[in-house]
Amino acid sequence: MNRKQQFAEGTITNNPVLVQQIGLCATMAISTTLFNGIGMGLSVLIILTCCNVVISLIRKIIPGQVRLAIFVVVIAGFVTIVDLLLQAFVPALSESLGVFIPLIVVNCIIIGRAEAFSSKHDVKDSFFDGVFQGVGYTLVLIAMCLIRELLGSGTIGGGLLNGASGFITLDGTGAGIRIFSDTYAAGALVLPFGGFLTLGVLMALLQHILSKSAARKAAKEKEVSD
Amino acid sequence: MLASLVSISLGAILVNNFIFSQFLGLCPFLGVSGKMSTATGMSVAVIFVMTLASAICWVINTYLLIPLGLKFMQTVAYILVIAVLVQLVEMFLRKAIPSLYTAMGIFLPLITTNCAVLGVVLLNTQNNYNFLESVVYGFTGGVGFALAIILFASIRERLAFADYPKAFEGFAICLVAAALFALAFMGFSGMKIM
Repeated sequence: MNRKQQFAEGTITNNPVLVQQIGLCATMAISTTLFNGIGMGLSVLIILTCCNVVISLIRKIIPGQVRLAIFVVVIAGFVTIVDLLLQAFVPALSESLGVFIPLIVVNCIIIGRAEAFSSKHDVKDSFFDGVFQGVGYTLVLIAMCLIRELLGSGTIGGGLLNGASGFITLDGTGAGIRIFSDTYAAGALVLPFGGFLTLGVLMALLQHILSKSAARKAAKEKEVSD
Repeated sequence: MLASLVSISLGAILVNNFIFSQFLGLCPFLGVSGKMSTATGMSVAVIFVMTLASAICWVINTYLLIPLGLKFMQTVAYILVIAVLVQLVEMFLRKAIPSLYTAMGIFLPLITTNCAVLGVVLLNTQNNYNFLESVVYGFTGGVGFALAIILFASIRERLAFADYPKAFEGFAICLVAAALFALAFMGFSGMKIM
């Protein structure tokens, strides 16, 4: 399978959030600071890759009727492992993501990839599918966090960067780098309202770009055939 | 006691609405809100399963997982309970109340992966609710979900006639509409009984 094409699919043309439109809950809920966004993105990336590999390994011995139950158990196992690891090593992240870490179990991205991809492809392809789809998810989260944080509170990298010293902190206490005073910030963007709005606009933006590039491609092909 | 139950209900339906302020259950919210009839079918099924799941998971957590020291298995146990419960409800309805079964149709199996259901169970545990509080939170959480999805279905039926930029077609315009709903629901925040 062509890795380059697979990468483009995972990150842009078949992006889990913006194009497949799955896994929306967590995307909107936790994208308020960069710390949350990167933490959640990496957690999903790791869980997705592990689940893809395991499900691809056992795909030939899973009976068709109970496959969804087996997928869910595999996913829940990995989610529990990541949940406990985060609680032990990055308690600040575990606290700020709260219920959304165990909720990765019902994140449609993971069960969706299991059903649509890893239960039909070999281990190597499934591994890369997990990584690329995970990267696509992480990129969307980072974009959402940057937009909402910058416009909503006037800072960048909240929780992760410390504005005063410029250092990276991993305990979630960094105040971020202040770009403009929060008196000019649209605070509503950090609230649930902003989550819906930002994701809607991002989705529309990608649809616009994709339809433009499709139109250009069609025009080019027409030119060649003429 | 009654006051705390009322405040839990009010919180779950309006102040901390599952969809508009906690972002739980968005996939079915956007997926089946296209038509009013499917939206009501889904709502009934969700209320039903959320109430039952809250009750059963509370019992399992209190009398099985905590005494055995298996608290770390909560996520796995809960999702299994929900999956089995959905399957049982489906079988029971097909035998006992076939008319309701056909009305709920394909929505029942979909509920297993509805994060509002797993979410409500996990929140019950996180907030240390007792049995009655858990059941009330499950039921009213479902009512809040139903309120949101039914309101939104009526908006979406009108979106079909609206004139908006082409790039916003599909989910994008729905999300923008949902954003305005969330803004309206923000008006409830800060409301408290006491």
